[in-house]
Amino acid sequence: MSSETEKILTTDGIPLEESLKQAEKKNKIKAFLLVAPLLLFLIITYMIPIGDMFSRSIDDKMVTNMLPKTYKAMENWDGKELPPEEVFEAFYLDYKILVKNKTAGKLQTQLNYEKNGFKSVLKKLARKQKKFEEGNYKEQIMKVHKRWRNVEYWRAIKRRAPSYTYSKYLKGVDMYSNEDGKIVQVSEDRRIHRILWIRTVEVAFFVTLFCFLMAYPIAHLLATLPMKYSNLLMICVLLPFWTSLLVRTASWMILLQQQGIVNDFFVWTGLVADDNRPEMMYNKTGTYVAMTQILLPFMVLPLYSVMKTISPSLMRAGKSLGATPAVAFFKVYFPLTIPGIGAGCLLVFILAIGYYITPALVGGASGTLISNQIAYHMKSTLDWSFASAMGLMLLTGVLAIYWIYNKLVGVDNIKLG
Amino acid sequence: MSKKADFVKFDKVDKSYDGKVLVVKDLNLDIEEGEFVTMLGPSGSGKTTCLMMLAGFETPTNGEIFLDNNPISNIPPHKRGIGMVFQNYALFPHMTVFENLAFPLKVRKMSQEDIEKKVDKALSMVSLGGFANRMPGQLSGGQQQRVAVARALVFDPAVVLMDEPLGALDKNLRESMQYEIKHIHESIGVTVVYVTHDQGEALTMSNRIAVFNDGKVQQLSSPDKLYEEPVNSFVAEFIGENNTFGGEVSEISNGTCKVKLEKGEIIANPISVKSVGEKTTVSIRPERALINPKDKMDNNQKGKIEEVIYHGDHTRVRLNLLGNSEFILKVPNSSQNLDIKLGNEINIGWNSHDARALDPK
Repeated sequence: MSSETEKILTTDGIPLEESLKQAEKKNKIKAFLLVAPLLLFLIITYMIPIGDMFSRSIDDKMVTNMLPKTYKAMENWDGKELPPEEVFEAFYLDYKILVKNKTAGKLQTQLNYEKNGFKSVLKKLARKQKKFEEGNYKEQIMKVHKRWRNVEYWRAIKRRAPSYTYSKYLKGVDMYSNEDGKIVQVSEDRRIHRILWIRTVEVAFFVTLFCFLMAYPIAHLLATLPMKYSNLLMICVLLPFWTSLLVRTASWMILLQQQGIVNDFFVWTGLVADDNRPEMMYNKTGTYVAMTQILLPFMVLPLYSVMKTISPSLMRAGKSLGATPAVAFFKVYFPLTIPGIGAGCLLVFILAIGYYITPALVGGASGTLISNQIAYHMKSTLDWSFASAMGLMLLTGVLAIYWIYNKLVGVDNIKLG
Repeated sequence: MSKKADFVKFDKVDKSYDGKVLVVKDLNLDIEEGEFVTMLGPSGSGKTTCLMMLAGFETPTNGEIFLDNNPISNIPPHKRGIGMVFQNYALFPHMTVFENLAFPLKVRKMSQEDIEKKVDKALSMVSLGGFANRMPGQLSGGQQQRVAVARALVFDPAVVLMDEPLGALDKNLRESMQYEIKHIHESIGVTVVYVTHDQGEALTMSNRIAVFNDGKVQQLSSPDKLYEEPVNSFVAEFIGENNTFGGEVSEISNGTCKVKLEKGEIIANPISVKSVGEKTTVSIRPERALINPKDKMDNNQKGKIEEVIYHGDHTRVRLNLLGNSEFILKVPNSSQNLDIKLGNEINIGWNSHDARALDPK
C-alpha cells in the first residue's frame, strides 16, 4: 500500500501498474467510444440547453447594445445630478439611429420596466427629435418633456448599463431592486409568484403523500399475490402508462365536471343536492385528483421492486417471535421498504413539482402551478429570459431536494427497480 | 415433574391446499416434552406443511393439533409461543444481531436489563459473544445460522421448530452445526421439531425420526431402529444404502421365509409378508453381506465383481448377484487380503435375519 513497498515488476521488468494500464488502454478506449454517442447526445440535448437557459436568464445586453455611445459618455457621471451635455448628445445620437431603424420600441419597453412612465417620454422624444438642431442637446431634450429634468430617469438608463443582471431572479420571487439599488418586495397586490411557488410545493407534497398512501397497499398486493393475479394487477397499474396523458386528463375532466359522472353519482346517492353540486375541477381538487392518478405508477413500481425482494419468511419470523401482525409490519416490513418509499417519493415529488399539462387543463385559476407560469411567459409575454430564470429556479429547487434527501436518507439507499 | 408423552399432538390432521389433493393425510403424531423429533422425507412429502401448521402459518383442513393438551388451531402464530428457525434464517437485515435477539423480548415488554441479560446468555450459548453489534449481512452463513437459533430460543419457547436450517451451509459447517444444535438441545431440554431431507442429519441429531412420504408418516422410530428395522420398502430405500431383490414368497414358517427370485432363491425375514404367493421386496444392507464368511450363514451365493471403487476407509464393490447387477458391498479397508478384482467370482453370505422381506415396490 505505502510508497515504501517495492514496486512490483512483471517478468519483463516493466512496473506492474504501467503494464496493467497498457493492457487496459484498448478496452478503455473502446468503452469510451461506445458511450461517446450518448455523451454527445446528453451534452447537446441537456447541458447546452441548460447553459443557454442560464445565459438567457441573466443576459441584459440588449439595452447596452442599443445605447453604446450613451453608456460610454455616462462612465464618468456619478448619478447625483443631471448628466452633462455629452451624455445628452450621446443619447440623442443613439436614439436617432434606433428611431431610424424602427427598433426604438424595444428600448421603450425595456426602460419602462425600469421606470414607469418612461415609454411615453421616449415616444414623445421620438416624434420631436426630427426637428432638433445641432448643438445644446441638453436644453432641447429637456424641452420635449419635463421628466427629462428628473435625474431618476437618467439613473434608470444607467442601471441598465451592465450586460448581465439578476433582476429576473428577483422578479421570480416578487422582488426587485429599486431606484436606490436596494432589493425590496413588490407591492402586495402584485406578489403572484410567491403564491405560485408555495402552491407548487404544496401540491407536489400532497400528491406525493396521496400517491404513497394509495401505492403502498397496491405494491404490497402486487408483491405477495400469486403470479397469475399479480400479472393482471400489474397490467392494471401499467395501463395508464400506455394511454396518452391528454386522454387521461380529458377523462378526468369528463368525470369531475359539475354535470359529470362523479357529481351525478353524489346527487344520486343524496350526498349533495342537485342545485349545489361541488366544483371538483378548475381548482386544486382537480389538480390533486388527476395528478395523483397520473403519477401513481411512479410510486407503485419502485415500491413493488423493493417489496418483491423482501422474503415473506421475515414477516413469519416476526410473528413466530411473538409480534402481532401490526407490530411485525411496522418493525420488520416497513423499515425494509424505506428505500422504495424514498425512491418513489423523490420521483413523484420531482415530477409533480414541474408538472404542466394536467394543472393547465384541470387546474383553473387556483390550481395552476409554477410551470404554467413559465409556459405563459414563453408563449404569451415572450419574456424568455424570465421564463428561463424561473425554470432554473425550479431546477435548483429540485437539486436542493435531491441534496437534502441524500443528506437525510442517502441516495445509495434508493432503489428504482 | 414427569415429561408429557403427548406434549405436541397431531390428531387426525388432514391438509389440502386446493381441495383436490391431500398434502397431509390422517397424520397422528405424539411428540414428548424435551424430545428432538425430525420430520424426514423427500420434497413434497408434506413435512414442511406439518411444521407450518404447528407454527400457525397454515391451518389444518381437518383434525386438530394440541400443544400441552390445548387445541391451537385457532390461536394465531404470535400467541403460540413457538420458536422457529427458518430455512433462509429470516434474520431482520435492518437490525443488529442484538436487536434481532431482543425483538421477541421487546414485544413481550421485558425490561431493558432483562433483555440485555437474556441476549448475552443466548449469544454466548451459540458462542457469538462479541457479535452483538454486527449486522446480519456482515456475518457468514454459519454465524447467521447460530443467530437464528439463538433468536428462536432466547424467549424460552416450549417448542422450537427448525425448517431445514442447515440446507444452505457447506458440508463441514453443516456437520459441526448438527452437533452444536444437538448439544444446545441436550443442555436446555427444549422440545425440537426439525424438518430435513438429509437423512444423515436426521440420524445424527434426533431422538426419533418420522419418515414422511406422500403425506403420511411411514415410520416413526429411533434412528437405529429406523436404519436396522425399516418397516417398509420406502423407508428401507430412503434411509441408507440398500440392496433389493424383487420376488415371490414360496414358503413361510416361524420367523423365516423363502423368496423365489427370477434366478435362484433366498431365505429372508418376513416383516410385511404373511402368506405364500405374496409379492415382496427383500432388502439387505450392504454392510450385512460378507465376503467368504467365516461363520456359517444361511444365505450363501456366488457373485461376479463388476466394479470396484476405492473410498479410502472402505471399498465399494458392485456385484452381479442372483440377476441383480446393482448389488453393492462395502468392504472395510483392512490388512486381510481379499480377492477383490474385477471379474472375479466370490462367495457372499448373509443371515436371513438381515434380509427383510418387505412390501413389494
